[in-house]
Amino acid sequence: MDMRFSPEELAFRDEVREFIASNYPQELKGGARRSRGEMSKEDILRWHRILYKKGWIVPHWPVEYGGTGWTITQRYIWNEENARAETSPLLPFGLSMVGPVIYTFGNEEQKKRFLPGILSGDDWWCQGYSEPGSGSDLASLRTKAVRAKSEKDGDHYIVNGGKTWTTLAQFADWMFCLVRTDPNAKAQEGISFLLIDMKTPGITVRPIITMDGAHEVNEVFLEDVKVPVENLIGEENKGWTYAKFLLGNERSGIAGVARSKKAIERLKNIANAELIDGAPLMKTDEFSRKVAELEIDLSALEVTELRTLAAESKGRGPGPEASILKIKGTEIQQRITELAVEAVGNYAMVQAPRMEATGNEFVPGPDYSTGTAQDYFNMRKTSIYGGSNEIQHNIIAKMVLGL
Amino acid sequence: MDFSFTEEQTLLRNTVQSLLADKYDFDTRRKVTKTAEGWRPEIWAQFAELGLLAAPFSEELGGLGGGPIENMIVMEEFGRHLVVEPYVETVVIAGGFLREGGTKEQQEALIPGIVGGETVWAFAYAEPQGRYNLADLTTTAKKDGSGYTINGYKAVVLGAPWAQKLIVTARTSGGQRDRDGVSVFIVDKSAAGVSTRDYPTVDGRRASEITFENVKVGADALIGAEGKGLALVEKITDEAIAALSAEAIGCMKELNTATVEYCKTRKQFGVPIGKFQVLQHRMVDMFMAHEQSVSMTYMVNLKLGESDVERTKAAAGAKVQIGKAGRFVGQQAVQLHGGMGMTDELNVGHYFKRLTMIDTQFGNVDHQLKRYSEAA
Repeated sequence: MDMRFSPEELAFRDEVREFIASNYPQELKGGARRSRGEMSKEDILRWHRILYKKGWIVPHWPVEYGGTGWTITQRYIWNEENARAETSPLLPFGLSMVGPVIYTFGNEEQKKRFLPGILSGDDWWCQGYSEPGSGSDLASLRTKAVRAKSEKDGDHYIVNGGKTWTTLAQFADWMFCLVRTDPNAKAQEGISFLLIDMKTPGITVRPIITMDGAHEVNEVFLEDVKVPVENLIGEENKGWTYAKFLLGNERSGIAGVARSKKAIERLKNIANAELIDGAPLMKTDEFSRKVAELEIDLSALEVTELRTLAAESKGRGPGPEASILKIKGTEIQQRITELAVEAVGNYAMVQAPRMEATGNEFVPGPDYSTGTAQDYFNMRKTSIYGGSNEIQHNIIAKMVLGL
Repeated sequence: MDFSFTEEQTLLRNTVQSLLADKYDFDTRRKVTKTAEGWRPEIWAQFAELGLLAAPFSEELGGLGGGPIENMIVMEEFGRHLVVEPYVETVVIAGGFLREGGTKEQQEALIPGIVGGETVWAFAYAEPQGRYNLADLTTTAKKDGSGYTINGYKAVVLGAPWAQKLIVTARTSGGQRDRDGVSVFIVDKSAAGVSTRDYPTVDGRRASEITFENVKVGADALIGAEGKGLALVEKITDEAIAALSAEAIGCMKELNTATVEYCKTRKQFGVPIGKFQVLQHRMVDMFMAHEQSVSMTYMVNLKLGESDVERTKAAAGAKVQIGKAGRFVGQQAVQLHGGMGMTDELNVGHYFKRLTMIDTQFGNVDHQLKRYSEAA
């Protein structure tokens, strides 16, 4: 056991730090703090395209598909450095979700067709999982795909139904979608994994505005949407296996340790600037202890994540333990925003302009207070999405503890 | 020992309930908060017509002879409907300052405007450096002939965009955080030298940043004795805390009802999710948090007339309870509603946002814990 970096690893850290410093667009500074619901499509993609050019877009993929071949430690350093520089987070839908599904379960044709667009950022993906009636009980999903054949369209599926909470579907070119292909099989056994071109006739995207005022999620309606059978991943009715594989990946990425470290640093800056009777809030026992508690929780999570990654590199996992990362990671992210609201005091009440902002709105208070409460409200989603934290507890209870 | 309401109080509650049921459904509220104005003067006029704005004033002052319990009833119902109109600022705070500290002339001149719904007030007390310390003031009022000249800056003045008159705290003597030397003034928002910049708040209200630049007021603008205003400010903010506590229990009640109802009807894994014990216990905790908050709200409203120490402990205690309970109930109501709880379309998030801001108003849990422990 050794938790220190080797000289080679330190050199690697300097290299990536220098790369980020000289290549991350100045105009996007602070991008990590902006909700994606208020950024343009091109802004969200800027950093993606730069990393693609450099060949660093998917360090976690196998080298043959575009991975960097970095060790676990190097990937850890890479994430740390990105968080440190507050680069805008990359969208996970292609890079961490459907990409690995395609190179693991897709055929050669599909790999050739879809992986390049995921890597370059030319294809924007969204996730068609949840439905209005199927949230935690995802396997009860009812969007239906029926096999058909016609001269004009060849072998295809006709998809009918609807998806919801579809993040950034308003920009999406493609959706990976769970559909029911066998209505008579047991819930998990009649599901297939389809790739759907969002330009196909019959697809309607309707915005859902969240309580912080952002447009990040959508409803997607599918009405007689024709999908060629070539867009089926793996075998028909085996989609649940691929879906679970994807969720496992989603869970491990969700811990957000490096980003939380940076967020705690920012929280401390706020608490050092805010005064109570002329002295910094950070110097009060009650607040500094709350921050200390957060840091300790995060340290524990960091090492837990490293242990998980180390196990993964030996070919195990991501197993059900990944649920720990999701639960603890989101609790910490939420707690940071909660304490930020406490820290800024009265200016937490200010509604920062989100949608349809003209840029001329008057926003009072110190810069660091802007949008604090909205971030807090927005982060409540993290214990709901990606399998709610209650579901994660069930997973651990069942799969790890055998209850 | 009696926790029952009088016939008149029950009647008052029924009056508020039927008005709000008729005129203040959630969709209407949501639309109104998105307009440029952000509130409905015509609803305010109806509040006046129905006597709500007169409820807590004595008959002598043109009121209906009520007090804190009447405020509590009105505010609980307002909380259930997320009323944005400035009842706390106008009736509880401005009305409270005039009742407790005003001269007969001031009361006669100004209370009828409140009761009649003609004058809306806002309370300009917070300053950027002062956080929740009511005495931490850089705004000054200097003696100027028989009157005063006010200079300074006030932050997040809730309801100010709708107000004609302001209650302003300023320092007439002493150091920046001294208890002595704080004075309270009535200032017309339209007075020369008052400038405001308005903006929306996260809970669907409006606030202003207000700059006072050589604002001249007469001797009759002073409420209470010069330099001795802090005790009065503390008393009235405690009355505001009592009213906000009532608003908070109204919010929590609605969230709990909505959450239980949702968990009974929302099915996953073939059963209503309310069948899952982990969610049942969560809802029991939410229920208890609300009940404990009701108790503290009753207590603070019943103790507003007691000694400063008793009143401070009751108000700080209530604020701690509703701060903690409001956060828990709000977060869990969102959580148990799943994605729906996150939407702007559903009222759940709006109650959660309001509860969050109630914790911030007049000092959050940490501030009130400190206040409580120092008072004891």
